[in-house]
Amino acid sequence: MTVNQTSPTVSPPRQEAAAPPSGKPLARKAKKSAYPYWFYLPAAAIYAALFLLPTFASFIFSFTRWTIFDATFIGFGNFIQFFQEPALVTGLRNTIVYAAVTSVLKVVLGMLCGILLTSNIIARGFLRSVLFFPVLLSTIGVGIMFSVLMDPTKGLINQVLGVVGIQGPAWLADPAWALLSVALVDVWKGVGLATVIYIAGIVSIPQEFFEAARVDGAGSLKTFWNITMPLARPATTTVIILSLIGGLRSFDLIWAMTQGGPGFASDVIASVIYKQYQAGFYGLSTAGNVVLFLIVTAVILPLSILLNRKEVEQ
Amino acid sequence: MRNLKRYGPGTLAIILATALFLVPLAFMVLTAVKDRRQAAKLDWSWPTNFSLLENLQQVISARNFMLVTAFVNSTILTLVSITVLVVLAAMVAWVLQRRRSRWNGVANFLILSGLIIPPAVVPTIWVLQGLGLFKTMPGLILVEVAFGMSFCVMIFRAFISTIPRELDEAAVIDGCGPVRLFFRVIFPLLRSVIVTVVVVQSVAIFNDFQNPLYFFPGDKNATVQLTLFNFQSQFTTSYNLLFTDILLVTIPPLIMYLFFNRQIVAGMTAGAVKG
Repeated sequence: MTVNQTSPTVSPPRQEAAAPPSGKPLARKAKKSAYPYWFYLPAAAIYAALFLLPTFASFIFSFTRWTIFDATFIGFGNFIQFFQEPALVTGLRNTIVYAAVTSVLKVVLGMLCGILLTSNIIARGFLRSVLFFPVLLSTIGVGIMFSVLMDPTKGLINQVLGVVGIQGPAWLADPAWALLSVALVDVWKGVGLATVIYIAGIVSIPQEFFEAARVDGAGSLKTFWNITMPLARPATTTVIILSLIGGLRSFDLIWAMTQGGPGFASDVIASVIYKQYQAGFYGLSTAGNVVLFLIVTAVILPLSILLNRKEVEQ
Repeated sequence: MRNLKRYGPGTLAIILATALFLVPLAFMVLTAVKDRRQAAKLDWSWPTNFSLLENLQQVISARNFMLVTAFVNSTILTLVSITVLVVLAAMVAWVLQRRRSRWNGVANFLILSGLIIPPAVVPTIWVLQGLGLFKTMPGLILVEVAFGMSFCVMIFRAFISTIPRELDEAAVIDGCGPVRLFFRVIFPLLRSVIVTVVVVQSVAIFNDFQNPLYFFPGDKNATVQLTLFNFQSQFTTSYNLLFTDILLVTIPPLIMYLFFNRQIVAGMTAGAVKG
């Protein structure tokens, strides 16, 4: 580290060394680094203007009645309205449920598939490819496809269930099932990514651990519980954090499949934000953004600290 | 018995994976080649007459060749955003990784925020309007660049840490200025990770729905995903056209996947799991 820090001064550019008296010492010192700060500038400008500034502005505008051109300060009015309307509160609850369901399923299924696809199984490459492919599909396309497949009477899913003698639910039309149905499709699309992360995590576990366990006579269940699970922890952390962030912010799939319906049964904060924006309630919509911001921060920050700390303790 | 143990789980996995992942896709393709009446039954019957070409023609010419406009827009959006994103993110990552300074903490914090914080939508529109870029392609491109920056910088940074610093020093001794050093020496070395970033981000941007919906509204402006969403209501009874449309929109990521399968997975894991 120290060597690296000083190295640019040790080897000054040749040209400057050739003509030392002409350059002013101060200006030359500022120019000397091979890693100029202005490399940050273009990226920083775009990022500041279109990400940071709007984020800060959202805290101001969420306290106003806002028409883009003109804003009147109304204090906590938007937030009070947000938490008083049952439809909006449903959105809040649904967001949490959706994020929790999708991440739990992605962790469990991703880990299972990860173990399966790192074991000595036939057609491993084929299975990996098949599992990963939906990650690349268009979310809107997947949403439309599954809303057709989940049609209560004509849909393929219920037809297949009917053959086995199960009366499938009216997936997207039934308020009790709508959110869960979308969450299941989300898992269908996203489990490939979780699996790939787990594969990377499991492959990086040194083989000696497994060999030692085998010598000690541990069965596969024991090996999984005492070796794979704890040592694949970085992968678990990554999958949990990624899918929670994705789940809390999720919009595309829900909008393509139910648009928050039936009623408000599958509304999440992101779809509420869009609806309020569409209706012209910009202040309220921005308040929704702030609520989402607070939830994401409140969930992710402590969780990542907790997960990363335990990792170190190991 | 031993054979069962060896091939049993594998066979089961293949059957399950096929049923869960390939059957829906096969159904989509099958419906896309049928004519309207047969597609409406939503069954597994073999198409009586292959109407893929007619379907394609109808989907493409619908609403005044909207899909063509959308494909052009999406292509421009993806290509330009990716180019800008790759160059700018690599520049940031390189300086951030190489130069220790008190800015590093700030920069790292900002990068993490970019990954976690949901973008504030309406204020972004407000900024774009202030810049005169709302509902324009450059505006949408800048938005995609801003939102994708964190992820790209992180991936680049992890990779740059594996490039020996002596290389930079040698180039500096040979008289390279920072710009030349970066574009002539460092940038070419990043090739493999650039491919990863390009593939992952271009799939993300091409498939993006939310940002075009907010920042690029209007019929004239449509992107592929917006068009697909709007066609959903228009073709609500013509499943053959709907599925043909999905098929068309899926082709570009599919090509990416076929070419860069290995690279994508390697890059995903490299970026996702540290250590």
